[in-house]
Amino acid sequence: MLKIKDLRVEIEDQEIIKGLNLEVKAGEVHAIMGPNGSGKSTLAAVLAGRDMFRVTGGKVLYNGEDLLEKSPEQRAKEGLFLGFQYPIEIPGVSMVNFLKTAVNELRKHRGQKPLSASDFLKMMREKKELVEIHSSLTNRSVNEGFSGGEKKKNEIFQMAMLEPRLAILDETDSGLDIDALRIVANGVNQLKSKETASIVITHYQRLLDYIIPDFVHVLYDGRLVKSGGKDLALLLEEKGYEWIKEEAES
Amino acid sequence: MSAVKDKKDIKGDFITIFRENRDRIDSGSAPLMNRFRGEALEHFRQLGLPSDKSEDYRYARIESLFDKDLAHSFSVNKVSFNILDIFNCDIPDLDTNLILLVNGKYYNPKKPLIELEGGIIAGSMAEAAAKMPDLVGKYYNSMAGESDDGLVAMNTAFSQDGVFIYMPEGAVLKKPLQVVNIMIHETDLMAQHRSLIIAEENSSAKLVVCDHTLSASSFLTNSVTEIHAAAGANFSLSKIQNEHNGSAQISHTFIKQKKESSVFTNTISLHGGFIRNNISARLDEEGCENNALGLYLTDKKQYIDNFVRIDHAMPGCQSNQLFKGVLDDQASGSFNGIILVRENAQKTNAYQANNNILLTDDARINSRPQLEIYADDVKCSHGSTVGQLDDNALFYMRSRGIPEREARLMMMYAFAYEVIGRIDVKPLRKRIDDLVNKRLRGELSRCNNCAMNCG
Ligand SMILES: Nc1ncnc2c1ncn2[C@@H]1O[C@H](COP(=O)(O)OP(=O)(O)O)[C@@H](O)[C@H]1O
Ligand SMILES: [Mg+2]
Repeated sequence: MLKIKDLRVEIEDQEIIKGLNLEVKAGEVHAIMGPNGSGKSTLAAVLAGRDMFRVTGGKVLYNGEDLLEKSPEQRAKEGLFLGFQYPIEIPGVSMVNFLKTAVNELRKHRGQKPLSASDFLKMMREKKELVEIHSSLTNRSVNEGFSGGEKKKNEIFQMAMLEPRLAILDETDSGLDIDALRIVANGVNQLKSKETASIVITHYQRLLDYIIPDFVHVLYDGRLVKSGGKDLALLLEEKGYEWIKEEAES
Repeated sequence: MSAVKDKKDIKGDFITIFRENRDRIDSGSAPLMNRFRGEALEHFRQLGLPSDKSEDYRYARIESLFDKDLAHSFSVNKVSFNILDIFNCDIPDLDTNLILLVNGKYYNPKKPLIELEGGIIAGSMAEAAAKMPDLVGKYYNSMAGESDDGLVAMNTAFSQDGVFIYMPEGAVLKKPLQVVNIMIHETDLMAQHRSLIIAEENSSAKLVVCDHTLSASSFLTNSVTEIHAAAGANFSLSKIQNEHNGSAQISHTFIKQKKESSVFTNTISLHGGFIRNNISARLDEEGCENNALGLYLTDKKQYIDNFVRIDHAMPGCQSNQLFKGVLDDQASGSFNGIILVRENAQKTNAYQANNNILLTDDARINSRPQLEIYADDVKCSHGSTVGQLDDNALFYMRSRGIPEREARLMMMYAFAYEVIGRIDVKPLRKRIDDLVNKRLRGELSRCNNCAMNCG
């Protein structure tokens, strides 16, 4: 589904991603871990199409097509979803209008008719239950005045509404209590199927108690320096990142 | 008709035009209005046109607007077609009382004044001045006459007609009144209408004014409106400016408020090459509330200039200025908001905000708050921002599949909605909402119909 080959990314003449390789197949869950500043968010943003980063080398194929030449909205329509580490507040744009536009753009892309107002509200209700999000939140402007936890749940809610094929979740678990964590994990697990895949970027292995990854990768200084199974996460939890750094630098 | 020929001496030309046409000007108006002309002309002679050196007209290049041959329609309107045929205003949900001004003159010879519920009278300014000189004489030119703006003096000297509204004590108008200003002429034309609104104690009414151009000639409008709100009166004025970009308009609105009265103005500027709006309110007794709102959505080479002055002359009043604008292409403009709190105007609450979004590097806005506060127990705030659309928010929306253009529109609309949302007539709010949406989408080019029926 996703093939990243020797990807290099710069911002302000500083190289952040320094030759990264990763393949994600349909049905898989990948976890990416790594110390702060290693480039996890940069990778996620480049995959979603943020143009402030400059790709200086490498290739990304998504379903066999060049992902990097597509606009962010095109990527989204083709099933890519990014759960933001820091979701953006958009004053004055209502959650309902925002999501309705997004859902109907997606439907248009798939050749489906736009949802009627009542069908859309019904869908919202169902998905809201799934993420246990407060009803009042969807009556507000996008993320405006949401608490940190609410913002994260809202990302999962949007993911549930948009039903992506490839979900990239950037530290959606950070700052969440155990209950919220379960909800986030539940959202990801609900989406899991033979046709979909997820990349879960996390700092803590505790999320991986709920989302069982097929692969765990360590991103350090712009490269995936180590890959393994679920056990690697446990090892990192126990021993920290120091040994990885030493290994990588030697 | 006569034309301005000499481009160098605009002031001298106007004085000549006045002399040559004095009889026609007088005969097309009312004795009460004519009485003020001589003095106003003298005043104009002293003041001249505001130059760009004038503090209050720093960015507005007024003189350049007069740098062309402009006809004046001093005689009765000779419109060779039935204006009501082209102007077919069917208003489904907004049920208004409709008044037409054509080239600055009241257009409905059969009914120059109409009487509405509660004894409210609306119609032609000239007719009201002729029929009710005592009532009109108490108010006419009482504020405008004190202005030191040469354009206001010019209006008083030249204006023959406009809109008159009288709301007797306790009268409540349920349907909003709608005034449609139509400019239509084969050659370039100048119009100077003059309006007077008298809201007596505890009366209440809402007025919607739409400005349109129905022919492609250049137009220049220099209009003056005086609004008197007596104790407890409640008056709301929504202006929708939608002339073509070859036209220029300067509007002067004077407001005087008595005890616990409330006045709301909302100025929505969509199309129009040059727009200058002066709003000057004096809160003259305790407990008044004034809300001055504005929204401008401009592009190409449009120029928009709002100049607001709120004078807190007495204690315990509240005022709120909120002007927001989105400027595209090479559009430029200025916002100038003055809050004056006089020495004894304690317990004043005065707020002002001007927020701008510039969509290109060439768009320009000068935002200038001016606070003059001479009392100590006051709450005042002002905020002025000039920025772009938030890139992070744009990316967030696009990452959900919303096309860039749509995302931009949604954000601009969200920005504008703060103003639209405060329009208190619901069907009017819906219509303006629609207009703004169309304007942002570039679908509102030229509107041959009244704003309430656009689209
Ligand atoms: N907008 C930016 N401008 C400049 N540097 C940036 C920007 N975004 C990220 N970086 C830099 O890129 C590096 C990687 O950041 P990031 O991808 O956010 O790491 P992570 O998500 O792994 O903590 C850091 O050194 C950070 O300072
Ligand atoms: Mg990060």
